[in-house]
Amino acid sequence: MPDDIAPSPPADRGYLTEKGFLSWACTLDHKRIGLLYLGTTLLFFLVGGVFALLLRMKLMYPGEELFSNKAYNVFFTLHGIMMIFLFIIPAIPSALGNFLIPLMIGARDVAFPRLNIFSYWIFLAGIIVILASLASPLDTGWTFYTPYSATTGAAVTVLSFGIFLVGMSSILTGLNFIVTIHRLRAPGLTWFRLPLFIWSMYATSIIQVLATPVVGITFLLLAAERIFGVGFFDPAKGGDPLLFQHFFWFYSHPVVYVMILPAMGIVSEILPVFARKPIFGYKGIAYSSLAIAFIGFLVWGHHMFVSGMSDVAGIIFSFLTFFVAVPTGVKVFNWIATLYRGSISLDAPMLYSLTFIFLFIIGGLTGPFLGALATNVHLHDTYFVVAHFHYTMMGGTVIGLFAGLHYWFPKMFGRMYSERRALTAWLLIFFGFNITFFSMFILGVQGMPRRWAEYPERFQPLHIASTAGSWFLALGTVLMFWNLFRSLFRGGPAQPDPWGSKTLEWRTGSPPPTHNFAEIPTVTEWPYGFGKKEKERE
Amino acid sequence: MSGTESHGGETPAQALATAKLGIWTFLATEVLLFGGLFTCYIVFRLKYPELFYTEHLKLNRPLGLVNTVVLITSSLTMALGIAAMKQGLRRRATACISLTILLACGFLGVKYVEWSEDFSHGLYPGTNLFFSLYFMMTGLHGIHVVAGICALCWVLVLARRGRFSPEYSTPVEITGLYWHFVDLVWIYLFPLLYLVG
Amino acid sequence: MLNTSSTKAYRTYILVWLALLVLTVVTWLVSYVHLGMLNVTVAMLIASMKALLVALFFMHLRYENRLLWAFAIIPLGFLTLIIGGTLADVLLRD
Repeated sequence: MPDDIAPSPPADRGYLTEKGFLSWACTLDHKRIGLLYLGTTLLFFLVGGVFALLLRMKLMYPGEELFSNKAYNVFFTLHGIMMIFLFIIPAIPSALGNFLIPLMIGARDVAFPRLNIFSYWIFLAGIIVILASLASPLDTGWTFYTPYSATTGAAVTVLSFGIFLVGMSSILTGLNFIVTIHRLRAPGLTWFRLPLFIWSMYATSIIQVLATPVVGITFLLLAAERIFGVGFFDPAKGGDPLLFQHFFWFYSHPVVYVMILPAMGIVSEILPVFARKPIFGYKGIAYSSLAIAFIGFLVWGHHMFVSGMSDVAGIIFSFLTFFVAVPTGVKVFNWIATLYRGSISLDAPMLYSLTFIFLFIIGGLTGPFLGALATNVHLHDTYFVVAHFHYTMMGGTVIGLFAGLHYWFPKMFGRMYSERRALTAWLLIFFGFNITFFSMFILGVQGMPRRWAEYPERFQPLHIASTAGSWFLALGTVLMFWNLFRSLFRGGPAQPDPWGSKTLEWRTGSPPPTHNFAEIPTVTEWPYGFGKKEKERE
Repeated sequence: MSGTESHGGETPAQALATAKLGIWTFLATEVLLFGGLFTCYIVFRLKYPELFYTEHLKLNRPLGLVNTVVLITSSLTMALGIAAMKQGLRRRATACISLTILLACGFLGVKYVEWSEDFSHGLYPGTNLFFSLYFMMTGLHGIHVVAGICALCWVLVLARRGRFSPEYSTPVEITGLYWHFVDLVWIYLFPLLYLVG
Repeated sequence: MLNTSSTKAYRTYILVWLALLVLTVVTWLVSYVHLGMLNVTVAMLIASMKALLVALFFMHLRYENRLLWAFAIIPLGFLTLIIGGTLADVLLRD
């Protein structure tokens, strides 16, 4: 493992050799584009995190303290918009996906490199437009429900175009990945020899391509509503406000699988490596990614149970929602079976992966409470929902991203990080996270509504606990980033394959050369052949 | 699409297959982009059949018919242009592409006349749900026509510079596929808006 | 496939174009006959026939492999999904 590798002389900087602004801004290299996305999205993760901390600070007090309730509305909107549209949706797919997909399938680049950098520029343009719209106090929440969003004085129109652009970038990235995975696999790399991260990214890309256009048209219609008063969402003109919710959730529900599927892929890569065992149920995990992507399209109505939707639709959507649990369960059981009797080493990537499984089980299993019509009526729009999606999104996706960052950091930058600091950070994050968000489950069951700036005093103790937890969480996150950031310059050199992995990206230098491989490798087996052969070799 | 930059293998044929997969994926996204509007259409038409009936009579049917013929013909010239390019008949191909651009501009011209007519009758987006849909749908389609014209002009310039050969004509084919899709959308918009209202 | 039998390809394109024109005129004429709900059905049927002609011949789908067919058909399934799901609410709301 990494510690016993003798320090070697400063290695070849690979694709990072070239310096200068233009070499990054106009690069066609998928690895550099991946890093551009990584930097951009992590920046918004930090900004969104600061808003989260502000919100938690205010919620320590039941009354209107620290800052006004209006400011509170604006802050939770900003927290949502930044975390969802600028961080979590693009973070793993666009950043790690871009960096890893060609490497993992033994290609020199994605199918359309120019389209790739173009979609990054669109992403930046979208960010600029969104930031411009934030000059007005945006207080719609990240869901932009009509009629409020159609009538408020905030710059929702401008924001709509920003989100349209960000969405377009997401579509083009997904398109690029789909074509890349279909067309550019190395010789011998059949579908069932693909790393599971590729399977999950393929499923993710399908969602990005098929769901994102719908949110595109939704925001265009919202803008048209505000500019021309087209009336599609306005009951006074015969329109239907629920139509907006249908369209919005037709995108925004599948998109939660855009967030979680890549993280599941990361975990599926890390577990066999650090348990030194072949992944259990490869095909099950691979197909369940596609199944989650597909079923994810059938269940959007479960966000609308109390909106006045028809009962029949409610029953159908509730029924279908439970099917999401099947492929998800398949994954979790296969992961656990992979761990069974493995020789597990608890390095940072593995710790985060195990944390992912633990937190995701909690987050996932609280889903059926919300998906069932009857309990939903009670839990709808309470802190239970907030806790549920933070357990899946932060406990799932973000922790998965952290796992991936620690796992592929040596590959990306050719340096190792301090394992000890990584473990301290993990400890803070793990406990901070659970204190912050488990309190919210209890708050939710007790009836605390989400998005309220003020609340009855009886909720205060748990709110204080949650806020205190958020500080540990923040401290751990900062420490983690500091550790990685510091290692960019001071970390010891990394070997091409520091973890003893078998996927193709480890068969080239750390960091990889500009065109990835000196010679395109030929694949003869799946990448999870740990165990037997290895023991023989020892 | 940056079909020219495709790394989809060494041979032009492989690169073409990669680019085709790309454009078909893109068209899939377009189906769902228009899909939102089609859903609106269906919902409101089922809710207000009388409104749709009385309002659609206010549209200029003959002009709609003319535009349908224009767009279908432009699809034909596009297909002929690609076939000519594959034979290496560059002059015939550029003539066909130019004709396609001309027809596309004609389509927009007719659209302009129609919209001005509507405006002069006090029919705007927001007048009622039917006209909102009419303007949104034809508007979004119009934007696609404009984008198509831009792509076609780019292809025309490349063709004039002799960039294409019977072996390599990927951008022409990709633009062609997009253009046929624009035609396809109109094939549905025409009866939905002008004929059955 | 096209350069080997190019004159045939030209002829196919022109025949398809003629068929599209005929169908356009037919749908135009039918719209003046009052058939009630049948009007929509006929119009959509004709439109779909036209769409099929464009896709099969102009867009070469006829000559493409199964993967491309899947890419062409799957989005239509999802289109049905959004329409169906929305209607399940809108039509049955009281």
